[in-house]
Amino acid sequence: MKSLEELRAIREKMQGQVGLRDEDDNVTRVVVGMATCGIAAGARPVLNAFVEGVAEKGIGDKVMVTQTGCIGMCKYEPIVEIMEPGKDKVTYVKMTAEKAKEVIDRHLIRGQVVSDYTIS
Amino acid sequence: MMTEISLNVLDVAQNSVKANASLVEVSVIADTNANKLTIKIDDNGCGMTEEQVSQVCDPFFTTRTTRKVGLGVPFFKEAAENTDGSFEIKSKVGEGTQVTAIFTLDHIDRMPLGDMSSTMHSLITLNKNIDFVYTYTVNDRSFKLDTRELREILGDVPFDVPEVSAYIMDFLRSNKAEVDEDLIF
Repeated sequence: MKSLEELRAIREKMQGQVGLRDEDDNVTRVVVGMATCGIAAGARPVLNAFVEGVAEKGIGDKVMVTQTGCIGMCKYEPIVEIMEPGKDKVTYVKMTAEKAKEVIDRHLIRGQVVSDYTIS
Repeated sequence: MMTEISLNVLDVAQNSVKANASLVEVSVIADTNANKLTIKIDDNGCGMTEEQVSQVCDPFFTTRTTRKVGLGVPFFKEAAENTDGSFEIKSKVGEGTQVTAIFTLDHIDRMPLGDMSSTMHSLITLNKNIDFVYTYTVNDRSFKLDTRELREILGDVPFDVPEVSAYIMDFLRSNKAEVDEDLIF
C-alpha cells in the first residue's frame, strides 16, 4: 500500500518554494463544464488533459483550471471557456483530450485562439 | 446515459458540492460473494425537503435554471435498477443527504465501474474547500483516502500543486490496483 509518508517528503521538498499564484485578476481561467451533460459527453478526460497539460508545461502560476455547471448549451458539450484577463471570453465546444492539448499549446502558451474549435 | 458508474459518481457528487457540503464520503464496496457492488455518497450539505426528495428521481425536476431537465440522479437510479439492484436517497434539511446505489455485480447490464481514481482525483483537486473520505473495498481488502489527513500533512501546500496532484492520483491508482488483485469491476 502506498502510504502518506511519501506525501510528507513532498511537503518537505515543497516547503518555502510554493510560489503564490499571481493575483486573481492576472490569472487565465480555464473553465470546464462538469454538469450531467458535460460529464456524459466526456468532460472528465478533457478536464484531466487541461490539469495535466498545465502542470506539464509549467504554466500553473498563470493558468487556473476550474469547473462549472451547465451553461445551457448541452448539445455542444464538452464545453471549455477560457477567460484571459483583459480579453473576451473564448468558448471551445465539443472538446476532447486531444483538442485540449492543442488549445494548451496554441492558445494558453502562444496566445492564438484555435478558431476551429470555438463557437462563433 | 453515462458509460461508467464512476461518471455517475462524479456527477451525483456535484450535487453535494452545490449543497455546500464540507465533508463528502464516497464508498465503493464490491462483494463477490453477495454478488453486489454498492456505491454510497454521503454529504453534510444543506439537504432536501421531503417534497424535493420525492421529486429528485424525476428527470423533469431540477432546481437549475439553465435547462429544464435534471438527469444526474435519474441516470444513477436507472443504472442500478437495470441490474436488478436498488437505489435509495435519504435527506434531511440542514443535515445532509445519503445516496445509495446497489448493483448486481455479474448482471449483463451493469456498466463497468470505470475510472474511480480519476473521479476522486477530480473531486478532490477541484473542490479545495471540501473534505472527502473515499473508501474502496473489495471483499475483505480495502483502502481509504481522507483529505483531512492530507491537509494535516500538507499545511498550506494546496492539492493542485503538480507534485501533490500527481501523488494523489498515484495513491488512488496504485492502492486500487492492490485492492482489486486482478479482479475487474
